[in-house]
Amino acid sequence: MEKELILEIKDLVVRFETADGVVHAVNGLDLKIEKGRSIGLVGETGAGKTTTALSMLRLVPDPPGVVECEKLELSGRDVLSMSVSELEEVRGKDISMIFQDPMTALNPVFTVGEQIAESIQIHEKVSSQEAEKRAKEMLELVGIPGERAGEYPHQFSGGMKQRVVIAIALACHPKLLIADEPTTALDVTIQAQVLDLMRRLKEQYETSLIMITHDLGIVAEICDDVAVMYAGKIIEIGTLRDIFNKAKHPYTEGLFNSIPNIHDRKAKLTPIQGLMPDPTNLPEGCAFEPRCPYACEGCKKEQALLQISDTHFVRCSRYLEEGFHIERKEKE
Amino acid sequence: MAENLLEVRHLTKYFKTKRGMLHAVDDISFDLEKGKTLGLVGESGCGKSTTGRTILRLIEPTSGEILFEGRDVKKMSKRQLKEARKDMQLIFQDPYSSLDPRKTVNQIISEPIIANRILTNKDEIHERVAELMSIVGLAPRLFNTYPHELDGGRRQRIGIARALAMNPKFIVCDEPVSALDVSIQAQILNLLDELQEEMGLTYIFITHDLSVVNHFADEIAVMYLGKIVEKAPAEELFDHPLHPYTKALLSAIPIPDLSERKERIIIRGEITSPIEPPDECRFFKRCPHACEACRKTPQLEEAAPGHLVACARYKELEA
Repeated sequence: MEKELILEIKDLVVRFETADGVVHAVNGLDLKIEKGRSIGLVGETGAGKTTTALSMLRLVPDPPGVVECEKLELSGRDVLSMSVSELEEVRGKDISMIFQDPMTALNPVFTVGEQIAESIQIHEKVSSQEAEKRAKEMLELVGIPGERAGEYPHQFSGGMKQRVVIAIALACHPKLLIADEPTTALDVTIQAQVLDLMRRLKEQYETSLIMITHDLGIVAEICDDVAVMYAGKIIEIGTLRDIFNKAKHPYTEGLFNSIPNIHDRKAKLTPIQGLMPDPTNLPEGCAFEPRCPYACEGCKKEQALLQISDTHFVRCSRYLEEGFHIERKEKE
Repeated sequence: MAENLLEVRHLTKYFKTKRGMLHAVDDISFDLEKGKTLGLVGESGCGKSTTGRTILRLIEPTSGEILFEGRDVKKMSKRQLKEARKDMQLIFQDPYSSLDPRKTVNQIISEPIIANRILTNKDEIHERVAELMSIVGLAPRLFNTYPHELDGGRRQRIGIARALAMNPKFIVCDEPVSALDVSIQAQILNLLDELQEEMGLTYIFITHDLSVVNHFADEIAVMYLGKIVEKAPAEELFDHPLHPYTKALLSAIPIPDLSERKERIIIRGEITSPIEPPDECRFFKRCPHACEACRKTPQLEEAAPGHLVACARYKELEA
């Protein structure tokens, strides 16, 4: 049975027209997310992960940003044609975002309780007492005693602030939660707490989740599906198992080889050679071609997304050749 | 027997704050053999960076001894210290803020050479800078570029070239790859590895990332609120962690491998304030195994050869 589709994006293109040239941030991105599924958007700095997320909320600054899209639907509603007031209704209610840095995401002059209640009152017709009560419940939910609702952000530690941000994002039970590197600014033991919390909330409310991260370990912890981005395109997408055990794209392989293996300390790291291409001047064909150890003539042409299995797609034309495979061994 | 390049004895650094003394580094001791790497790990605020900087005397220690090749760094005069610093260098965490934006790559790398009058002839300086650039893998064409024109990985290479300019024996690497993308991280880690092999460098490698340190260090010291709570050879520490905090820390690392689902120890509770901490185990308030015996600050004891742990209960917990 086909599950309810929460988000559907078709051919998303975002570019920034700056004085130094046009930055091609996102170049034709398709994405579908079903209810209750979580997808990890993985890639390095400049891959276009955050820009993709911002365009779902229509938060890309314009100018210089230009967003073009064939289809951008949230629960069947067209986001692109929404008016400002409609957008305000959707943001925080249907779709919420957690930003990377909890230190700057909160307003220092309001108590955390007020900040959670604010988002509830904007979206639901409730009295301020009711909103306050709900705010306290949300705090308890993320593991902070309700009586601390009257305290200000500076009175909380980094991990607690991030949990407050999560409480705000979840206050109206959004259908889709976008988390942009939610734990990067946190220590590992605190990160473990926050991930644990997100996993429980996801199960409890069947929230769909887009997890933006560069850390494949976090993806393995919390995601059902993975999309690997490079230079504004999804170059490989599939289930967690597809990507982690049967990776196909040379860039995905390169990412895995760059991570120190915690069990084999003598293993030599194999970094990806070279650098990300300049987004104002992308190569015509595969953007990874200049760094790719498997590159050949055919890679200089536009690459299509090839289907490997029901769930697994890869953007690499070398798979059109019979018997081509990367060095990384497949696992079951 | 191998020679110790560095011996740290009862090193302590307190900072005065309005609310009392902040115990940033609280009585830590360790030895570091020549040519080896000590990984200093812990979470933000545990005192690992302060330790690194105090050893170089960029921060004045409150008490303790820092013996570098047998000489106490703490007792050195200004002139002696300047001389000694040629042998002791630092690589910073943030390649964006640790380089002077108004200087070119050439100027940044040649600055210590000129300041210390290692070379005075212009051509020789030029040659030395070119040599250093090639050692760290910077293309000669970048000679006259400014840091802002370069990406994080290349900037970090400049920082490394600058640290190498004095032919040091010892480098404190303070989170050298934390600000970099994974593919670039691997490049820099490999570079540091090769340099150690070729030049016989000794490193203190400060990081919060345990998978990086496992790859890199011979020995690992885990710090928690100014104390070393456990220290062991890297492999031993990963295979047989003894301190409850080390165990929690290791279990918290997300591993990018699906075949390894593991039980995770989630630690809760409040972090003890580093300001005038009470005489009890620093991990007391968060430790799942805390009991009365932990009401006294535990000392490091040898649990196995080379494996030190500061926990009152490690023996019963092992059993």
